[in-house]
Amino acid sequence: MKIKEIAELVGGEIVGAPSDDEYEVVKAFASDLMSDVLRFSMDETVLITGLCNNQTMRTSEMADLRVVLIGRDKQPDAEMLELAEDSGITIIKSKYSIFKISGILYAAGIQPLY
Amino acid sequence: MHYTFDIERGNFTDAGQASSSVKRTLKQLGVDPANIKRTVVALFEAEINAVAHAYGGKIDVDIDGEKIVMVVADEGPGIPNLDLAMQEGWSTASAKVREMGYGAGMGLPNIKKNTDDLKIDTKVGVGTTVTMTVYLT
Repeated sequence: MKIKEIAELVGGEIVGAPSDDEYEVVKAFASDLMSDVLRFSMDETVLITGLCNNQTMRTSEMADLRVVLIGRDKQPDAEMLELAEDSGITIIKSKYSIFKISGILYAAGIQPLY
Repeated sequence: MHYTFDIERGNFTDAGQASSSVKRTLKQLGVDPANIKRTVVALFEAEINAVAHAYGGKIDVDIDGEKIVMVVADEGPGIPNLDLAMQEGWSTASAKVREMGYGAGMGLPNIKKNTDDLKIDTKVGVGTTVTMTVYLT
């Protein structure tokens, strides 16, 4: 699924690095725990999280994530957006809860990481 | 090639800068993406550990054609029981560290998983030195 399709499904807004229209998201991983994000391969994966700080971006960078979906209407600050742009990470911010976002994406065919 | 970075206690604004810089360098050097990933994940975990637990420290990274050696040396409380610290889920992280999304007790086990060689020298009340090696060939 394309990044823009995901953004539409969760009523989201794209910020951070510009959306790569060719990038195909196959799987999702939902976690507020960055320690767990670092434990798995994040290929073709969108991270769904309510954690909205610099370390969300740093962890995503190390995990080779290309797209992060921030739920619960959290607002990334300027520094976080700069980190996202520098690392080529697209952020989708959504007002929905993590549970709702996960349900919508699962129903639309996005696979769990495991 | 040799790179050195400073670690500042509790500075979660800048935590990860060293790992980010090393990642960019390895990309420029054309290192295999899988090796880049495990190198920077291990270094990042060690960097976060030092920021979270130590009073300050230093990161030294040496890169040659065969291997990447990363030494994260801190002045800090040390690790009283290394066997426990290597167990998944064991953590002494503060509430602040947990608010940042860390402190799940996965750091050292994850470093071990992502490196070919791991050596930890620690002395209570003095500090900890973590030496990690990733072989490129």
